[in-house]
Amino acid sequence: MSRIHVAAASIALALLFAGCSKTSKVDSGRKQAPNFSLKDAAGNTVNLADYRGKVVLVNFWATWCGPCEVEIPWFIEFEQKYKDQGFAVLGVSMDDDGWKSVQPYVAKHKINYRVMIGSEVVSQQFGNIDSLPTSFVLDRQGRIAANHVGLVEKKEYQNEIVKLLEDAKTAAVDHPGVGEFASLVGAGVRAGQRP
Amino acid sequence: MRSGYHVNSNTPSDDYLIPLRLTWDPGPLAAASFVFPQPRMEKYSFSDKPLSVFNGDFQIVTRFKAAADAPLGPATMTGKLRYQACNNSMCLPPKTLDVSLQVEIVR
Repeated sequence: MSRIHVAAASIALALLFAGCSKTSKVDSGRKQAPNFSLKDAAGNTVNLADYRGKVVLVNFWATWCGPCEVEIPWFIEFEQKYKDQGFAVLGVSMDDDGWKSVQPYVAKHKINYRVMIGSEVVSQQFGNIDSLPTSFVLDRQGRIAANHVGLVEKKEYQNEIVKLLEDAKTAAVDHPGVGEFASLVGAGVRAGQRP
Repeated sequence: MRSGYHVNSNTPSDDYLIPLRLTWDPGPLAAASFVFPQPRMEKYSFSDKPLSVFNGDFQIVTRFKAAADAPLGPATMTGKLRYQACNNSMCLPPKTLDVSLQVEIVR
């Protein structure tokens, strides 16, 4: 057999992907957020439905996502600042390798809110999450009050959270006993739901 | 690439970023070396420092070697290109594309 031939080849590769653009939507006709049941780092199950009665920010993110990293300190601050008023952040990581990447990241960034590993099913439930970050701000009834695809201003999140927290207070003052009733309804729904 | 988007270069600026990787499956030729373009250092709204990226049109060159007993004639090399793209405000999940290359092994 004759000698080696060295082949040099160049390839031009077109990287094709779905185009996406940053969007924010504040929804007045609010839809119920789908429930999910995911494990946190400690192995405890996190049911979104259990957060009924709180204002919740559900953030889909990944460790390789630069824009997500910008938001994380804001969410840490929000968790700290508004937790006692009935607010919680839930971080759903879309990292393929799960806790292997996420656990050290959570430790390094000192994330103070619950983080779970997402799944294809949960992604589909929330409308096929493809672009990160994608976040949903839920009212105390578990309805989607706003959603953001891509990095938005910190102030935008903060205004939405504060407004939702205040809306609930106003409702409680206008209709004494409504808060308790809502809690009871929430508990009833939880009891009837299967994760 | 689509305007406004970039992929991390093969030598990204930070450990957490997913690099551009081209790999070839075993075949009649073996990849001997890769030549990536010079990355661009670009600043984005989500990063304090410039990132090492590729955007627009670019080429990756692979230099192959054939074994002494490689069969002469046409052959197909197959491989995978893994990349992760972002724009100024969001990122898309890492993707792996199948790539193939028609080559001819000659004496």
